[in-house]
Amino acid sequence: MSIRVMLPAAFARHTAGTKQVQSEATTLPVLVEDLGVKFPELGAHIKDEDGTLRKFINVYVNDEDIRFLGGDTYQFQDRDEVMFIPSIAGGCA
Amino acid sequence: MSSASACTPYELYSKESGKSYGNQPLSICDESFTPLEVRYDLEAARSIFTRKNIEAGPANIWRYRGLLPIPEGFEPDLPVGFTPLVKAKNLGRRLGSNNLYVKNDAVCFPTLSFKDRVVAVALANARAFGFETVGCSSTGNLANAVAAQSARLGLKACILVPADLEPAKILNTLVYGARLVRIDGNYDHVNRLCSLIADQYNWGFVNVNLRPYYSEGSKTVGYEIAEQLGWKLPDNVVCPMAGGSLIRKIKKAFDELIYLGLVEAKHVRFFGAQATGCSPISQAVKGNTDVITPQKPDTIARSLAIGNPADGPYASRLIRETGGWAEDVSDVEIVSGIQELAEAEGIFTETAGGVTTAVTARLIAQGRISPDELTVSVITGNGLKTTDCINDRFTVGRAVRPRLADFEDYINELDGNSAPAEPELAIAGGN
Repeated sequence: MSIRVMLPAAFARHTAGTKQVQSEATTLPVLVEDLGVKFPELGAHIKDEDGTLRKFINVYVNDEDIRFLGGDTYQFQDRDEVMFIPSIAGGCA
Repeated sequence: MSSASACTPYELYSKESGKSYGNQPLSICDESFTPLEVRYDLEAARSIFTRKNIEAGPANIWRYRGLLPIPEGFEPDLPVGFTPLVKAKNLGRRLGSNNLYVKNDAVCFPTLSFKDRVVAVALANARAFGFETVGCSSTGNLANAVAAQSARLGLKACILVPADLEPAKILNTLVYGARLVRIDGNYDHVNRLCSLIADQYNWGFVNVNLRPYYSEGSKTVGYEIAEQLGWKLPDNVVCPMAGGSLIRKIKKAFDELIYLGLVEAKHVRFFGAQATGCSPISQAVKGNTDVITPQKPDTIARSLAIGNPADGPYASRLIRETGGWAEDVSDVEIVSGIQELAEAEGIFTETAGGVTTAVTARLIAQGRISPDELTVSVITGNGLKTTDCINDRFTVGRAVRPRLADFEDYINELDGNSAPAEPELAIAGGN
Protein backbone atom coordinates (compact mmCIF):
# COMPACT_ATOMS: atom_id res chain seq x y z
CA MET A 1 0.00 0.00 0.00
CA SER A 2 1.29 3.41 -0.88
CA ILE A 3 -0.08 6.93 -0.71
CA ARG A 4 1.03 10.05 -2.53
CA VAL A 5 1.77 12.98 -0.21
CA MET A 6 1.77 16.54 -1.53
CA LEU A 7 3.63 19.20 0.42
CA PRO A 8 2.96 22.95 0.21
CA ALA A 9 5.49 25.58 -0.79
CA ALA A 10 5.74 26.67 2.86
CA PHE A 11 7.38 23.30 3.67
CA ALA A 12 9.92 23.52 0.85
CA ARG A 13 12.70 25.08 2.92
CA HIS A 14 12.67 22.03 5.19
CA THR A 15 12.44 19.40 2.42
CA ALA A 16 15.21 20.66 0.11
CA GLY A 17 12.48 21.63 -2.33
CA THR A 18 10.77 18.24 -2.48
CA LYS A 19 7.04 18.74 -3.09
CA GLN A 20 5.80 15.15 -3.38
CA VAL A 21 6.69 11.91 -1.63
CA GLN A 22 5.34 8.37 -1.41
CA SER A 23 4.57 6.92 1.99
CA GLU A 24 3.46 3.58 3.42
CA ALA A 25 1.82 5.26 6.43
CA THR A 26 -1.57 3.88 7.44
CA THR A 27 -2.89 6.86 9.44
CA LEU A 28 -2.17 10.57 9.82
CA PRO A 29 -0.15 10.26 13.07
CA VAL A 30 2.00 7.58 11.39
CA LEU A 31 2.41 9.81 8.33
CA VAL A 32 3.53 12.77 10.45
CA GLU A 33 6.18 10.52 12.03
CA ASP A 34 7.21 9.21 8.61
CA LEU A 35 7.64 12.77 7.27
CA GLY A 36 9.84 13.45 10.30
CA VAL A 37 12.04 10.49 9.32
CA LYS A 38 12.18 11.46 5.65
CA PHE A 39 12.74 15.18 6.42
CA PRO A 40 14.06 15.60 9.98
CA GLU A 41 14.00 19.40 9.75
CA LEU A 42 10.36 19.38 8.68
CA GLY A 43 9.51 16.96 11.48
CA ALA A 44 10.81 19.48 13.99
CA HIS A 45 8.54 22.20 12.61
CA ILE A 46 5.20 20.58 11.84
CA LYS A 47 4.42 19.40 15.36
CA ASP A 48 3.04 21.28 18.35
CA GLU A 49 4.52 20.93 21.82
CA ASP A 50 2.29 17.91 22.38
CA GLY A 51 3.72 16.10 19.38
CA THR A 52 0.62 16.37 17.19
CA LEU A 53 0.34 18.14 13.86
CA ARG A 54 0.12 21.93 14.27
CA LYS A 55 -3.47 23.07 14.30
CA PHE A 56 -3.00 25.55 11.44
CA ILE A 57 -2.10 22.78 9.01
CA ASN A 58 -5.11 21.29 7.22
CA VAL A 59 -4.93 17.79 5.79
CA TYR A 60 -6.97 16.61 2.83
CA VAL A 61 -7.40 13.11 1.48
CA ASN A 62 -8.26 13.26 -2.19
CA ASP A 63 -10.99 15.96 -2.13
CA GLU A 64 -11.99 15.66 1.50
CA ASP A 65 -10.88 17.30 4.73
CA ILE A 66 -9.53 14.45 6.83
CA ARG A 67 -11.66 15.65 9.74
CA PHE A 68 -14.76 14.56 7.79
CA LEU A 69 -13.23 11.08 7.40
CA GLY A 70 -12.44 10.40 11.04
CA GLY A 71 -9.26 12.46 11.46
CA ASP A 72 -6.42 10.58 13.12
CA THR A 73 -8.31 7.30 12.97
CA TYR A 74 -8.84 7.36 9.20
CA GLN A 75 -7.06 4.44 7.51
CA PHE A 76 -5.35 5.53 4.30
CA GLN A 77 -6.34 3.57 1.21
CA ASP A 78 -3.90 2.53 -1.51
CA ARG A 79 -3.25 5.43 -3.95
CA ASP A 80 -4.84 8.03 -1.68
CA GLU A 81 -3.59 11.55 -2.43
CA VAL A 82 -2.86 13.34 0.83
CA MET A 83 -2.34 17.11 0.85
CA PHE A 84 -0.99 19.31 3.61
CA ILE A 85 -2.16 22.93 3.31
CA PRO A 86 -1.51 25.61 5.90
CA SER A 87 -4.60 27.57 6.84
CA ILE A 88 -4.45 31.04 5.32
CA ALA A 89 -5.98 33.42 7.80
CA GLY A 90 -5.69 37.14 8.28
CA GLY A 91 -2.92 36.82 10.83
CA CYS A 92 -2.79 36.36 14.54
CA ALA A 93 -2.19 39.81 16.02
CA MET B 1 5.11 63.58 0.58
CA SER B 2 2.91 65.50 3.01
CA SER B 3 2.18 63.97 6.38
CA ALA B 4 -1.51 63.67 5.45
CA SER B 5 -0.73 61.20 2.69
CA ALA B 6 2.21 59.43 4.33
CA CYS B 7 2.08 55.79 5.37
CA THR B 8 3.47 54.27 8.53
CA PRO B 9 6.36 51.83 7.91
CA TYR B 10 5.11 48.24 7.89
CA GLU B 11 6.30 44.69 7.33
CA LEU B 12 5.10 41.11 7.46
CA TYR B 13 5.89 39.12 10.55
CA SER B 14 4.83 36.00 12.40
CA LYS B 15 3.62 36.47 15.93
CA GLU B 16 4.21 32.78 16.56
CA SER B 17 7.87 32.56 15.54
CA GLY B 18 8.75 36.25 15.81
CA LYS B 19 10.32 36.13 12.33
CA SER B 20 10.09 39.21 10.08
CA TYR B 21 9.60 38.85 6.35
CA GLY B 22 9.86 42.41 5.03
CA ASN B 23 7.26 42.95 2.32
CA GLN B 24 6.57 40.19 -0.19
CA PRO B 25 3.62 38.18 -1.55
CA LEU B 26 3.58 35.60 1.22
CA SER B 27 0.99 34.56 3.78
CA ILE B 28 2.50 31.68 5.77
CA CYS B 29 5.49 31.65 8.13
CA ASP B 30 7.92 28.92 7.02
CA GLU B 31 9.00 28.31 10.61
CA SER B 32 5.67 27.94 12.38
CA PHE B 33 3.35 27.49 9.35
CA THR B 34 1.04 30.07 10.92
CA PRO B 35 -0.46 33.10 9.13
CA LEU B 36 1.61 36.24 8.65
CA GLU B 37 0.39 39.62 9.85
CA VAL B 38 1.19 43.20 8.84
CA ARG B 39 3.01 44.95 11.68
CA TYR B 40 3.26 48.75 11.78
CA ASP B 41 5.67 51.05 13.53
CA LEU B 42 2.90 52.44 15.75
CA GLU B 43 5.21 55.02 17.35
CA ALA B 44 5.91 56.47 13.92
CA ALA B 45 2.14 56.47 13.33
CA ARG B 46 1.57 58.94 16.17
CA SER B 47 2.49 61.91 13.98
CA ILE B 48 0.88 60.47 10.82
CA PHE B 49 -2.39 58.86 11.85
CA THR B 50 -4.02 61.84 13.54
CA ARG B 51 -7.63 63.07 13.49
CA LYS B 52 -6.46 66.21 11.70
CA ASN B 53 -4.69 64.33 8.91
CA ILE B 54 -7.56 61.88 8.52
CA GLU B 55 -10.20 64.62 8.37
CA ALA B 56 -8.13 66.46 5.75
CA GLY B 57 -8.13 63.34 3.57
CA PRO B 58 -10.57 62.30 0.86
CA ALA B 59 -14.06 60.94 1.71
CA ASN B 60 -13.02 57.33 1.14
CA ILE B 61 -10.83 54.64 2.73
CA TRP B 62 -7.63 56.40 1.64
CA ARG B 63 -8.14 58.96 4.41
CA TYR B 64 -6.87 56.10 6.63
CA ARG B 65 -3.88 55.27 4.45
CA GLY B 66 -1.60 56.22 7.35
CA LEU B 67 -2.35 52.81 8.85
CA LEU B 68 -2.88 50.77 5.70
CA PRO B 69 -0.13 48.79 3.95
CA ILE B 70 0.12 50.94 0.83
CA PRO B 71 3.40 50.74 -1.09
CA GLU B 72 5.52 53.85 -1.49
CA GLY B 73 4.60 55.71 -4.67
CA PHE B 74 1.14 54.19 -5.11
CA GLU B 75 -1.38 56.99 -5.40
CA PRO B 76 -4.83 55.48 -4.95
CA ASP B 77 -7.63 57.36 -6.68
CA LEU B 78 -10.58 54.97 -6.54
CA PRO B 79 -13.10 56.35 -4.02
CA VAL B 80 -13.77 53.13 -2.12
CA GLY B 81 -15.70 53.01 1.15
CA PHE B 82 -16.72 55.73 3.59
CA THR B 83 -20.21 54.29 3.41
CA PRO B 84 -23.10 55.70 5.46
CA LEU B 85 -23.52 54.90 9.14
CA VAL B 86 -27.29 55.13 9.46
CA LYS B 87 -29.18 55.64 12.72
CA ALA B 88 -31.74 52.85 12.37
CA LYS B 89 -34.62 54.31 14.37
CA ASN B 90 -37.35 52.31 12.68
CA LEU B 91 -35.54 49.00 12.75
CA GLY B 92 -34.52 49.71 16.35
CA ARG B 93 -38.15 50.32 17.29
CA ARG B 94 -39.17 47.02 15.73
CA LEU B 95 -36.37 45.08 17.43
CA GLY B 96 -36.43 46.83 20.80
CA SER B 97 -33.37 49.05 20.63
CA ASN B 98 -33.30 52.84 20.75
CA ASN B 99 -29.65 53.18 19.87
CA LEU B 100 -29.16 51.01 16.80
CA TYR B 101 -26.99 51.94 13.81
CA VAL B 102 -26.46 50.23 10.48
CA LYS B 103 -23.09 50.44 8.75
CA ASN B 104 -24.22 50.25 5.17
CA ASP B 105 -21.64 48.62 2.91
CA ALA B 106 -24.48 47.56 0.61
CA VAL B 107 -23.55 50.81 -1.16
CA CYS B 108 -19.77 50.44 -1.11
CA PHE B 109 -18.08 51.65 -4.29
CA PRO B 110 -17.52 50.22 -6.87
CA THR B 111 -19.17 46.78 -6.54
CA LEU B 112 -21.60 47.14 -3.62
CA SER B 113 -19.92 45.09 -0.91
CA PHE B 114 -17.27 45.55 1.78
CA LYS B 115 -14.92 43.43 -0.34
CA ASP B 116 -14.14 46.58 -2.34
CA ARG B 117 -12.10 47.72 0.67
CA VAL B 118 -9.86 44.67 0.94
CA VAL B 119 -9.37 44.39 -2.80
CA ALA B 120 -8.31 48.03 -3.10
CA VAL B 121 -5.51 47.43 -0.59
CA ALA B 122 -4.54 44.04 -2.07
CA LEU B 123 -4.29 45.31 -5.64
CA ALA B 124 -2.17 48.28 -4.61
CA ASN B 125 0.33 45.67 -3.43
CA ALA B 126 -0.17 43.37 -6.42
CA ARG B 127 0.96 46.20 -8.67
CA ALA B 128 3.97 46.96 -6.50
CA PHE B 129 5.02 43.29 -6.54
CA GLY B 130 4.83 43.29 -10.34
CA PHE B 131 2.00 40.79 -10.84
CA GLU B 132 0.33 40.95 -14.24
CA THR B 133 -2.44 38.52 -13.29
CA VAL B 134 -4.45 38.60 -10.09
CA GLY B 135 -7.07 36.22 -8.79
CA CYS B 136 -9.09 35.00 -5.86
CA SER B 137 -11.25 32.24 -4.52
CA SER B 138 -14.62 33.75 -3.88
CA THR B 139 -18.19 33.25 -2.75
CA GLY B 140 -19.14 36.08 -5.14
CA ASN B 141 -18.65 39.53 -3.68
CA LEU B 142 -14.88 39.22 -3.75
CA ALA B 143 -15.06 38.02 -7.35
CA ASN B 144 -17.00 41.15 -8.31
CA ALA B 145 -14.55 43.43 -6.52
CA VAL B 146 -11.43 41.82 -7.99
CA ALA B 147 -12.92 41.82 -11.50
CA ALA B 148 -13.91 45.49 -11.41
CA GLN B 149 -10.81 46.91 -9.76
CA SER B 150 -8.33 44.82 -11.75
CA ALA B 151 -10.01 46.01 -14.96
CA ARG B 152 -9.46 49.59 -13.94
CA LEU B 153 -5.82 48.97 -13.01
CA GLY B 154 -5.15 47.12 -16.26
CA LEU B 155 -4.43 43.78 -14.55
CA LYS B 156 -5.63 40.43 -15.86
CA ALA B 157 -7.95 38.56 -13.52
CA CYS B 158 -8.63 34.85 -13.06
CA ILE B 159 -11.37 34.19 -10.55
CA LEU B 160 -12.45 30.87 -9.07
CA VAL B 161 -15.91 30.38 -7.59
CA PRO B 162 -18.15 27.50 -6.49
CA ALA B 163 -20.24 26.35 -9.45
CA ASP B 164 -23.58 27.01 -7.71
CA LEU B 165 -22.99 30.74 -7.21
CA GLU B 166 -25.89 33.16 -7.62
CA PRO B 167 -26.32 34.18 -11.31
CA ALA B 168 -26.05 37.90 -10.49
CA LYS B 169 -22.64 37.41 -8.92
CA ILE B 170 -21.41 35.49 -11.94
CA LEU B 171 -22.66 38.18 -14.33
CA ASN B 172 -21.17 40.87 -12.10
CA THR B 173 -17.77 39.24 -12.56
CA LEU B 174 -17.91 38.47 -16.28
CA VAL B 175 -19.03 41.96 -17.27
CA TYR B 176 -15.62 43.39 -16.36
CA GLY B 177 -13.85 41.03 -18.73
CA ALA B 178 -12.44 38.77 -16.03
CA ARG B 179 -11.79 35.10 -16.61
CA LEU B 180 -14.16 33.14 -14.36
CA VAL B 181 -13.62 29.48 -13.51
CA ARG B 182 -16.55 27.66 -11.86
CA ILE B 183 -15.34 24.84 -9.65
CA ASP B 184 -17.46 21.79 -9.05
CA GLY B 185 -17.35 22.01 -5.26
CA ASN B 186 -17.98 24.32 -2.33
CA TYR B 187 -15.94 27.36 -1.29
CA ASP B 188 -13.58 25.25 0.81
CA HIS B 189 -12.72 23.16 -2.26
CA VAL B 190 -12.19 26.33 -4.30
CA ASN B 191 -9.99 27.87 -1.64
CA ARG B 192 -7.83 24.77 -1.36
CA LEU B 193 -7.38 24.67 -5.12
CA CYS B 194 -6.31 28.32 -5.09
CA SER B 195 -3.61 27.49 -2.54
CA LEU B 196 -2.25 24.89 -4.95
CA ILE B 197 -2.49 27.26 -7.93
CA ALA B 198 -0.73 30.04 -6.03
CA ASP B 199 2.19 27.62 -5.42
CA GLN B 200 2.45 26.91 -9.17
CA TYR B 201 1.58 30.15 -10.94
CA ASN B 202 3.12 33.56 -10.52
CA TRP B 203 -0.23 35.21 -9.84
CA GLY B 204 -1.29 37.56 -7.09
CA PHE B 205 -4.15 35.85 -5.30
CA VAL B 206 -5.68 38.56 -3.16
CA ASN B 207 -6.84 36.14 -0.45
CA VAL B 208 -3.95 33.70 -0.66
CA ASN B 209 -0.44 35.08 -1.18
CA LEU B 210 -1.58 38.73 -0.77
CA ARG B 211 -3.80 37.85 2.19
CA PRO B 212 -1.94 39.75 4.95
CA TYR B 213 -2.25 43.02 3.00
CA TYR B 214 -5.75 42.31 1.75
CA SER B 215 -7.21 41.65 5.19
CA GLU B 216 -5.89 44.96 6.51
CA GLY B 217 -8.41 46.71 4.25
CA SER B 218 -11.20 45.47 6.54
CA LYS B 219 -9.90 47.74 9.30
CA THR B 220 -11.40 50.71 7.45
CA VAL B 221 -14.90 49.54 8.50
CA GLY B 222 -13.82 50.03 12.11
CA TYR B 223 -12.11 53.38 11.50
CA GLU B 224 -15.22 54.68 9.74
CA ILE B 225 -17.60 53.56 12.48
CA ALA B 226 -15.50 55.38 15.09
CA GLU B 227 -15.10 58.56 13.04
CA GLN B 228 -18.75 58.64 12.01
CA LEU B 229 -19.80 58.33 15.65
CA GLY B 230 -17.77 61.50 16.31
CA TRP B 231 -14.55 59.69 17.26
CA LYS B 232 -16.28 57.43 19.72
CA LEU B 233 -16.56 53.66 19.94
CA PRO B 234 -19.89 51.84 20.12
CA ASP B 235 -20.91 49.52 22.96
CA ASN B 236 -21.57 46.58 20.64
CA VAL B 237 -20.75 45.48 17.12
CA VAL B 238 -22.76 42.78 15.36
CA CYS B 239 -20.78 41.41 12.45
CA PRO B 240 -21.42 38.65 9.89
CA MET B 241 -18.81 35.89 9.85
CA ALA B 242 -17.64 33.82 6.92
CA GLY B 243 -13.88 33.26 7.28
CA GLY B 244 -13.96 35.24 10.54
CA SER B 245 -11.56 37.97 9.44
CA LEU B 246 -13.75 41.11 9.33
CA ILE B 247 -14.81 40.99 12.99
CA ARG B 248 -11.16 40.72 14.04
CA LYS B 249 -10.06 43.59 11.85
CA ILE B 250 -12.76 45.89 13.21
CA LYS B 251 -11.43 45.08 16.68
CA LYS B 252 -7.86 45.73 15.49
CA ALA B 253 -8.96 49.12 14.11
CA PHE B 254 -10.57 50.07 17.44
CA ASP B 255 -7.46 48.95 19.36
CA GLU B 256 -5.21 51.06 17.12
CA LEU B 257 -7.46 54.11 17.54
CA ILE B 258 -7.34 53.69 21.32
CA TYR B 259 -3.56 53.13 21.36
CA LEU B 260 -2.94 56.26 19.30
CA GLY B 261 -5.37 58.34 21.39
CA LEU B 262 -7.85 59.07 18.60
CA VAL B 263 -10.71 57.73 20.70
CA GLU B 264 -11.20 57.20 24.42
CA ALA B 265 -10.57 53.69 25.61
CA LYS B 266 -13.78 51.70 25.82
CA HIS B 267 -14.73 48.09 26.17
CA VAL B 268 -16.58 47.08 23.01
CA ARG B 269 -18.39 43.76 22.88
CA PHE B 270 -18.28 41.84 19.59
CA PHE B 271 -21.13 39.65 18.41
CA GLY B 272 -20.83 37.25 15.47
CA ALA B 273 -23.61 36.33 13.03
CA GLN B 274 -23.81 33.15 10.96
CA ALA B 275 -26.40 31.07 9.11
CA THR B 276 -27.36 27.87 10.93
CA GLY B 277 -26.56 25.97 7.72
CA CYS B 278 -22.94 27.08 8.05
CA SER B 279 -22.18 27.96 11.65
CA PRO B 280 -18.78 26.57 12.66
CA ILE B 281 -17.74 29.77 14.47
CA SER B 282 -21.02 30.35 16.32
CA GLN B 283 -20.97 26.69 17.39
CA ALA B 284 -17.44 27.17 18.75
CA VAL B 285 -18.52 30.28 20.68
CA LYS B 286 -21.54 28.45 22.11
CA GLY B 287 -19.27 25.56 23.08
CA ASN B 288 -16.84 28.00 24.73
CA THR B 289 -13.90 26.83 22.62
CA ASP B 290 -11.43 28.07 19.98
CA VAL B 291 -11.52 24.72 18.23
CA ILE B 292 -13.43 24.90 14.96
CA THR B 293 -15.21 21.77 13.79
CA PRO B 294 -15.59 22.15 10.03
CA GLN B 295 -19.04 21.89 8.45
CA LYS B 296 -20.42 21.24 4.98
CA PRO B 297 -22.39 24.40 4.21
CA ASP B 298 -26.07 24.24 3.36
CA THR B 299 -27.58 27.73 3.42
CA ILE B 300 -28.92 30.43 1.12
CA ALA B 301 -26.32 32.78 2.63
CA ARG B 302 -23.67 31.69 0.16
CA SER B 303 -21.41 34.64 0.84
CA LEU B 304 -21.02 33.31 4.40
CA ALA B 305 -20.78 29.64 3.41
CA ILE B 306 -17.25 28.84 4.54
CA GLY B 307 -17.26 25.54 6.37
CA ASN B 308 -13.63 25.67 7.46
CA PRO B 309 -13.06 29.33 8.40
CA ALA B 310 -9.35 30.15 8.57
CA ASP B 311 -9.80 32.95 11.11
CA GLY B 312 -12.44 31.01 13.01
CA PRO B 313 -10.32 30.18 16.08
CA TYR B 314 -9.29 33.83 16.45
CA ALA B 315 -12.85 35.07 15.92
CA SER B 316 -14.25 32.71 18.53
CA ARG B 317 -11.63 33.79 21.04
CA LEU B 318 -12.20 37.49 20.35
CA ILE B 319 -15.96 37.20 20.80
CA ARG B 320 -15.65 35.32 24.07
CA GLU B 321 -12.88 37.58 25.42
CA THR B 322 -14.92 40.73 24.81
CA GLY B 323 -17.99 39.29 26.52
CA GLY B 324 -19.93 39.03 23.28
CA TRP B 325 -21.79 36.12 21.80
CA ALA B 326 -22.51 34.47 18.46
CA GLU B 327 -25.81 33.33 17.04
CA ASP B 328 -26.96 31.59 13.88
CA VAL B 329 -30.29 31.82 12.10
CA SER B 330 -32.32 29.71 9.67
CA ASP B 331 -32.83 30.47 6.00
CA VAL B 332 -36.39 31.60 6.75
CA GLU B 333 -35.12 34.07 9.34
CA ILE B 334 -32.48 35.31 6.87
CA VAL B 335 -35.17 36.23 4.35
CA SER B 336 -37.22 37.90 7.09
CA GLY B 337 -34.11 39.84 8.11
CA ILE B 338 -33.68 41.11 4.56
CA GLN B 339 -37.31 42.26 4.50
CA GLU B 340 -37.16 43.85 7.97
CA LEU B 341 -34.17 45.98 7.04
CA ALA B 342 -35.69 46.96 3.71
CA GLU B 343 -39.12 47.85 5.13
CA ALA B 344 -37.75 49.65 8.19
CA GLU B 345 -34.77 51.53 6.78
CA GLY B 346 -34.99 51.40 3.00
CA ILE B 347 -31.79 49.36 2.79
CA PHE B 348 -31.80 46.32 0.54
CA THR B 349 -29.13 43.89 1.66
CA GLU B 350 -28.10 40.47 0.45
CA THR B 351 -28.46 37.23 2.42
CA ALA B 352 -25.43 38.00 4.63
CA GLY B 353 -27.14 41.22 5.74
CA GLY B 354 -30.30 39.21 6.41
CA VAL B 355 -28.20 37.03 8.70
CA THR B 356 -26.78 40.03 10.56
CA THR B 357 -30.19 41.69 10.94
CA ALA B 358 -31.87 38.51 12.14
CA VAL B 359 -29.07 37.81 14.59
CA THR B 360 -29.21 41.40 15.89
CA ALA B 361 -32.94 40.89 16.50
CA ARG B 362 -32.31 37.69 18.38
CA LEU B 363 -29.52 39.16 20.53
CA ILE B 364 -31.82 42.01 21.58
CA ALA B 365 -34.66 39.57 22.25
CA GLN B 366 -32.34 37.43 24.36
CA GLY B 367 -31.33 40.47 26.40
CA ARG B 368 -27.68 40.07 25.43
CA ILE B 369 -27.87 43.55 23.88
CA SER B 370 -29.68 46.17 25.96
CA PRO B 371 -31.99 48.79 24.41
CA ASP B 372 -29.86 51.82 25.34
CA GLU B 373 -26.49 50.43 24.29
CA LEU B 374 -25.04 51.92 21.13
CA THR B 375 -25.04 48.96 18.78
CA VAL B 376 -23.71 48.87 15.21
CA SER B 377 -25.00 46.19 12.86
CA VAL B 378 -22.55 45.69 10.00
CA ILE B 379 -24.24 45.21 6.61
CA THR B 380 -21.70 43.96 4.08
CA GLY B 381 -23.47 43.43 0.75
CA ASN B 382 -26.26 44.46 -1.60
CA GLY B 383 -29.59 42.72 -2.11
CA LEU B 384 -29.55 43.13 -5.87
CA LYS B 385 -26.97 40.33 -6.01
CA THR B 386 -29.14 37.70 -4.30
CA THR B 387 -32.65 38.42 -5.55
CA ASP B 388 -33.29 34.74 -6.31
CA CYS B 389 -33.74 33.95 -2.61
CA ILE B 390 -36.64 36.36 -2.16
CA ASN B 391 -38.30 36.20 -5.58
CA ASP B 392 -41.06 33.93 -4.34
CA ARG B 393 -41.92 36.25 -1.44
CA PHE B 394 -43.56 38.78 -3.72
CA THR B 395 -46.21 38.65 -6.38
CA VAL B 396 -46.06 41.06 -9.24
CA GLY B 397 -49.55 42.40 -9.89
CA ARG B 398 -51.41 42.39 -13.18
CA ALA B 399 -50.85 45.21 -15.65
CA VAL B 400 -53.46 47.98 -15.36
CA ARG B 401 -54.92 49.94 -18.27
CA PRO B 402 -53.68 53.56 -18.24
CA ARG B 403 -57.06 54.93 -17.13
CA LEU B 404 -57.90 56.53 -13.82
CA ALA B 405 -60.96 54.32 -13.27
CA ASP B 406 -58.94 51.16 -13.82
CA PHE B 407 -56.29 52.41 -11.44
CA GLU B 408 -58.90 53.13 -8.77
CA ASP B 409 -60.42 49.68 -9.20
CA TYR B 410 -57.01 48.13 -8.88
CA ILE B 411 -56.11 50.04 -5.70
CA ASN B 412 -59.44 49.02 -4.17
CA GLU B 413 -58.72 45.45 -5.14
CA LEU B 414 -55.34 45.61 -3.41
CA ASP B 415 -56.94 47.14 -0.33
CA GLY B 416 -59.41 44.28 -0.26
CA ASN B 417 -62.25 46.75 -0.78
CA SER B 418 -64.64 45.72 -3.55
CA ALA B 419 -66.97 48.75 -3.27
CA PRO B 420 -65.73 51.71 -5.34
CA ALA B 421 -64.36 54.43 -3.12
CA GLU B 422 -65.03 58.15 -3.48
CA PRO B 423 -62.44 59.45 -5.96
CA GLU B 424 -59.91 61.54 -4.04
CA LEU B 425 -59.78 64.12 -6.82
CA ALA B 426 -63.55 64.73 -6.47
CA ILE B 427 -63.22 65.07 -2.71
CA ALA B 428 -60.42 67.55 -3.06
CA GLY B 429 -62.31 69.64 -5.59
CA GLY B 430 -65.83 69.29 -4.07
CA ASN B 431 -67.63 71.52 -1.63
